[in-house]
Amino acid sequence: MVELGKYAGTVLGAYGVALGLILGLVWLTLWQGKRMRRRLEATERELGIDG
Amino acid sequence: MSIWEYANPKKFMQTSAWVLPWVTGLAFVTLVLGLTWGFFFTGDDYRQGSTVKIIFIHVPAALMAINAWLMMLVCSLIWLIRRHHVSALAAKAAAPVGVTMTLIALFTGAIWGQPMWGTWWAWDPRLTSFLILFLFYLGYIALWEAIEDPDTAADLTSVLCLVGSVFALLSRYAVNFWNQGLHQGASLSLAPGERMAMTFKLPLYVAMTGFVLLFVALVLIRTRTEIRARRLRALEARGRMG
Repeated sequence: MVELGKYAGTVLGAYGVALGLILGLVWLTLWQGKRMRRRLEATERELGIDG
Repeated sequence: MSIWEYANPKKFMQTSAWVLPWVTGLAFVTLVLGLTWGFFFTGDDYRQGSTVKIIFIHVPAALMAINAWLMMLVCSLIWLIRRHHVSALAAKAAAPVGVTMTLIALFTGAIWGQPMWGTWWAWDPRLTSFLILFLFYLGYIALWEAIEDPDTAADLTSVLCLVGSVFALLSRYAVNFWNQGLHQGASLSLAPGERMAMTFKLPLYVAMTGFVLLFVALVLIRTRTEIRARRLRALEARGRMG
């Protein structure tokens, strides 16, 4: 295991915040994309359009 | 073949569907490699101790915070000059990624600054210009949401993007204009002076590549979502008209 010494909280805190924000952004991007694709497919089906 | 072919939403969707898995896979590999290498396999700095490991997220995030805005600037100019909808939607898609990168740069900078400078925050030229860039990102996103007509929203956000570009460039070059700040100069520079050791530089380059590829992957996914949203609005309008 990596030895971070007296700055362990600082380094882990910085990585935790950064990775949390990145994972949150990735999740939001995928969720919004999936939701929009489903809505568009449903509307195209409703209007009888082949997407 | 002309680059303007990609202004056609159908062509963009086809090409991005093919490119996306490759960019996403490469982004994942380079990010994991760069951050693992930097965190686990580099030593401590003789002055900064283990806090030097924060460089592997702070610098790539700051790089992308500025370059995301510059990409939005190019897309905004294309929209204003050639009226290609995909470019306006790509600029809109990049903003949430850019604001997240700016937030990461600000947070990790504050966390790093506390033990090194003895303060979380200082009204230093680079920090202040980054904060203003962050506010511009928020304003840009809010403006897109506030205006109902997409073309008017694209026009006004493009103008805001042009104005905000001054701060995006200031964020990059502020340390060169004003040297009274706490923030050090550029971490990676061709200018003579203090050099970063290769043991830090190599994983930093890999992490930066990972952040660039992550940005490209996220912007492609988000632009595809925006194109679908635009088509949905058009179909709903057509449905309402009978």
